[in-house]
Amino acid sequence: MSHEYLSWGRINNATSMLDYAPISRNKNLDFADVNRILTYGNGRSYGDVCLSDQASIINSRFLNKFIHFDRKDGILTCEAGITLQEILKLIVPTGWFLSVTPGTQYVTLGGAIANDVHGKNHHAVGSFGCFVEEFELCLSSNERLICSKAQNANYFFATIGGLGLTGWIVWAKIRLLPICNPNMVTNSYKFANLDEYFALNTELAANNDYTVAWIDCLSSGAKLGRGIYFTGAHAGYQEELIQPKASHLGMPIYLPVSLINRYSLQIFNFLYYNRRQSSAPVMQHYEPFFYPLDAINNWNRLYGQKGFYQYQFVIPFTNAREVIAEVLKHISKRKMGSFLAVLKTMGDIGSGGLLSFARPGVTLALDFANQGNKTIELFRILDQIVLEAGGAIYPAKDACMSPELFMRGYPNLDKFKLLKDPKFSSNFWRRVVGE
Amino acid sequence: MKNAIIIGAGSTIASCVIDKLAAKDFNIYLLARDSEALLEKQQDLNVKYPNANIFIQAFDVLANSMDQITEKINICFDTLGTVEVVLIAYGTLPNQKLCENDLKEESSALRINGVSVLEICHHVANKLQLQKSGTLAVITSVAGLRGRQSNYIYGAAKSMVNIYLQGLRNRVNQYGVQVLTVMPGFVDTKMTAEFKKGLLWAKPGKVADDIVNAIFKKKDIIYTPWFWRYIMLIIKSIPESIFKKMKL
Repeated sequence: MSHEYLSWGRINNATSMLDYAPISRNKNLDFADVNRILTYGNGRSYGDVCLSDQASIINSRFLNKFIHFDRKDGILTCEAGITLQEILKLIVPTGWFLSVTPGTQYVTLGGAIANDVHGKNHHAVGSFGCFVEEFELCLSSNERLICSKAQNANYFFATIGGLGLTGWIVWAKIRLLPICNPNMVTNSYKFANLDEYFALNTELAANNDYTVAWIDCLSSGAKLGRGIYFTGAHAGYQEELIQPKASHLGMPIYLPVSLINRYSLQIFNFLYYNRRQSSAPVMQHYEPFFYPLDAINNWNRLYGQKGFYQYQFVIPFTNAREVIAEVLKHISKRKMGSFLAVLKTMGDIGSGGLLSFARPGVTLALDFANQGNKTIELFRILDQIVLEAGGAIYPAKDACMSPELFMRGYPNLDKFKLLKDPKFSSNFWRRVVGE
Repeated sequence: MKNAIIIGAGSTIASCVIDKLAAKDFNIYLLARDSEALLEKQQDLNVKYPNANIFIQAFDVLANSMDQITEKINICFDTLGTVEVVLIAYGTLPNQKLCENDLKEESSALRINGVSVLEICHHVANKLQLQKSGTLAVITSVAGLRGRQSNYIYGAAKSMVNIYLQGLRNRVNQYGVQVLTVMPGFVDTKMTAEFKKGLLWAKPGKVADDIVNAIFKKKDIIYTPWFWRYIMLIIKSIPESIFKKMKL
């Protein structure tokens, strides 16, 4: 029986031919008579990397069990359908944290590997793939490979950031980070424009484990690129621990129109930029620091029935200031973009993933309500800027990039093609590469 | 520490209940058809609840004789001692169309979802009666409350279990044994992986919460989520002369 799958942007969908609900990680699935396979985790990628029309879909969420936890050395082995939230619930009370976490805890472990996700500490430690010790990869031939840097290394590096196209990631073993408690010590700094951002970043990125900046994408002129810079570090001994606030906020339905438009955005950005800042460090639970949007269930529905796009790119450090300024000018001129505009510099520690997005440079992520052609036209302009700057777009967020941009942004594509499983395929892959 | 036996531990709902009981410091005996999946669940629980004792045994209501199953249940009771909770959670969703054309298919669906459950209840209830304590919780379904053309084989089996549990509750009440009938509506589980999910669908974690609460509150019958009580009230009140013409 077929089934409709959505991705997080709610624009792309796909109808499957068949759905697998695996009951045991050690049982082979019957791939004999199927032509197209893709693993679907928690559907948190924004565009079409997690979707595949007319394919047989492995619902990895059914395999979300822990396998082994070495509490002494912080090595965790679990099935790849487990979410980062499920992992954190186990490891945080025992004094461990994920070495790298993206901006939501609702992604699966398999999805984090397949998209080689990065976090606020990329400049200091690298991406998620840097902390993957090994995993099991099941090919469509049902051959199973244990992959690590030492064993089946070619498959290891193709699968990290490999968008789920090398096979089914069944389980994985990851290295964790020791912490004292769930708290974070955080600081925030206002910057009035892009120049101030880059000056601040040079100083703060060198001394802080976690850094990220929010940008007011509507500001222009001398204020272009103004925003707030956040830093964080895992806290030490605390006399009193902060509890996470239970959130019951949520969007139960999606509205016919987007709540996010140029007017609401202007108000939000003004208030957010001008909110009272604490000059002293603030103690925070890790959830609001790492996952502010997770507090609103189904926040993607804020964008209404038509859904939204996310546009995230990275460009090399050379000329970064000018390129980012140009991008922001195009966005503020059109009064598009959204409250979620995130700027961050990434470091030079790489996971080795053949198709990994994270690389040294500056990355900017922006949400855009789906306004049809108007939005696509803006993307075409931005694509050209990214292409000329020698940058790349993040497949996990993408729904629109051209085959050329993908090819230029991912120079190891040809190497990857040799290791891609012949039956594993996604709408994304067919869009940017072909069958 | 308290003790529980879960029969049909591979079910998605049962799997959530198991976690909630293990979190409350229960020792748990798991019975399920698939021995590999059982081993994996045991590993998972050992990681999450290092203090709980988790035991496993494979069983199959079609392949095993009733004597074999009785013996397996005896082993659980012998290993654990006094058992506070027994949950029967296994079941299949038969293909209605296939059953209509193949009597063998229909019989096996009735055996799995109906008769075998009663046989296990028979044995477990006698054990609990001897103990003079404990809870027997059985997951049936709102489908057992009215026969519909799309699903009446499953419905008939579940209905048989509902009535049996009613009588059993009446019988063992005097011995301090609780019999809990759990009637879920649509739940997003492995069994229903192929269905398109809508507003009426519940997450297995929510259903498991309801079951655990009902066990500790000594309830008799629960609908989960709660609104199914009212949906079924309406469905049951439709006159048969009209109902027979409806496409349900």
